[in-house]
This record gives sequence, C-alpha cells and structure tokens, in this order.
Amino acid sequence: MRRLYLIIPLVLFLGLVGFFMNALMDKKRENEEAAALGMQPSTSLVLPSALIGKPFPAFSLATVEDQSQMLTNDDLIGRPALVNIWATWCVACRVEHPVLNKLAAQGVVIHGVNYKDENPSAQKWLKEFHDPYQLNISDAEGRLGLDLGVYGAPETFLIDAEGVIRYKFIGVVDERVWERELQPRYQALVDGAQP
Amino acid sequence: MIRHIWMSLVLALMVGVSQAAVDTFEFETEDQRKRFYSLSGELRCPKCQNQNIADSDAPVATDLRRELFRLLDEGESDEEIVEFMVARYGDFVRYKPALTVQTIVLWFGPALFLLIGLVSLAVMLRRRQRAMRDTHAGHLTVDEQHRLRALLEKKNSDD
Repeated sequence: MRRLYLIIPLVLFLGLVGFFMNALMDKKRENEEAAALGMQPSTSLVLPSALIGKPFPAFSLATVEDQSQMLTNDDLIGRPALVNIWATWCVACRVEHPVLNKLAAQGVVIHGVNYKDENPSAQKWLKEFHDPYQLNISDAEGRLGLDLGVYGAPETFLIDAEGVIRYKFIGVVDERVWERELQPRYQALVDGAQP
Repeated sequence: MIRHIWMSLVLALMVGVSQAAVDTFEFETEDQRKRFYSLSGELRCPKCQNQNIADSDAPVATDLRRELFRLLDEGESDEEIVEFMVARYGDFVRYKPALTVQTIVLWFGPALFLLIGLVSLAVMLRRRQRAMRDTHAGHLTVDEQHRLRALLEKKNSDD
C-alpha cells in the first residue's frame, strides 16, 4: 500500500503532459479550422485584450472624408456598436469587408477606424467597396490604435451604449465569427440598451 | 577595379545586416539611452511573439519603440512606462512577469517542486538508514535467535 506513494511523481508528470498537450492541440485545431476557411494558419496566439471593461480611449481625430471635421470618443456613446480597425494595406480587411457591408445592411452599427493609412486611398476603398461605417475615424498616425492595443488589422471591438469596451475579436470577421462570437454579445447589449 | 567591386559588395552586405530595427533616436542623456535599450529588451512584441521590441521589425514594434522613446523623453519612470504598455497590450508584453496572484505558481512553482523533491529524498534516505540500522541491531526476537543458533549448530554437526 505504501508503494502507491511512489507513483505520485509520475501522476503529477502525466498531469503536466496532459495540460501542455491540451494547449498545443487547441492551437493545432484552431489552425486547422483556419486552413479549412482558406486562411493563413497563425503561429502566434491571440492575445486577450487588456481593455475589456474599460472605456474606449479618449481621442480627437478627423474623419476619413473631411480633414476639418473632428470626431471624439463622445461620438461613440449612445448605441452599442462594433468598432472595426482596418486599413487599405491590410489584405485580410478586404476579405472581411463584404461581411461588414452585409451586417451594416442588417442594421448593425459599425464604426471604422482607418489605421495607419492614407486618406485618399481610404476614400477610394470606401467608394469602391461600399462604406459600411457610420463614423469613419482617421487614425493616420496609429495613436488611437496604440491606445487600443491594436497589433494587427483587422481587429474588431464591441462597445456598449456607454462606450465601454466589452469584447475584442482579432482577425477576419466572417459569418461564422459573427454568429458565434459577436452576434450574441451584440444582441445582448442592444436588448439591454432598450428597456 | 576589382577591389572596388569587392568593396561595394562588402558594403552592400553590411547594409543588409544593419537594416534590422534601426531607429534614429537622439537621446538627451546616456542614462536615457541605457534605459531605452534595457526596456526595449524587456518588452515583448505583441505581433511577432518570440521577439522583444528591440529585435522585431514588425510595424507595431517600431511604433512601440517610438512610443518608448517619447515616454522616456517626457521623463516617465521605468515602472510607468511598463504600466503604460501593459494597460494597452496586457501582461503579455512583459518578458518579466509581474508577481500577482495569477503568476504566483509561475514564480514559485519550480522552487516548490524542488522543495518537494528534497523533502521526499530526505525522508527516503532517513527511512533507508533506519532500516539498515534495525537489521544490524538484530531485530530477531530471543526465540528466533535461539532457533537460528540451533540451525547453525545442526548444520555444523552435519558437515
């Protein structure tokens, strides 16, 4: 009976192996799903945002359409919305764009942050591919992006009616991501905002 | 002529080498420069996740280096700068994890395992020692000793 103590280290070790295997397999499965959707498998893990539950960072930036027209974080307050970080140099944003158009047509409130981009090319893009955004924030220097902890477009934030960040999705928003990750959360906020 | 070609080849190669993460920051003091290098070595690039922001060529690392320089220039302390980065990118950007409830296992787990190992080793050694001592002290009862002697005598007389 005493001999049973001897297998404790082995059990602990196997527990650790199981824990690491699980983490590795998760990553592998994620990559396989990405590959099935025709996306690049990523070698890096998706970081949780440090800003969940915090108010949207203060900013004062011009619109994409008009350099003299300023927008601030107060303009985001009032309705739950998606805030999409995009750029014309971002290849994946092009993949995502039709989905955003479709969501906007369904009445989903989406704001755009044009991240480290040039206004003329952004304007051309919006004209060519349709503009799904209610507000078009021009963050040419990437300062707002930095305050948002953006490390690669596209990224999509979900904010509530008070302008508090509730969720962040990194990567291409496709129909599946919308249905699984974003829609339930967005709908809950919309329902909560209308008592 | 050939020498010139060689020279330009060597120079061309050197350009390639020095291209990695070169920024032209003008530091006001030597101390600022040192802190810049130590902090950029300590902060992890959120995009290319196995590099610090000093080594990385990713655009976001360039931005973070610029931001780091700006913060140093404004006279922020090292702690304030790390806090600034963590507030935006999370604890992930620290190569030196902070000591919190969540990371306590990370910090003290290995020491705990070592301690468990050493304690078990000590216990095992002591047990073995005691067992050895017991056999030498003769753990046979008086009866058993009599029987043993009888057996040995019998064996001797048989020979």
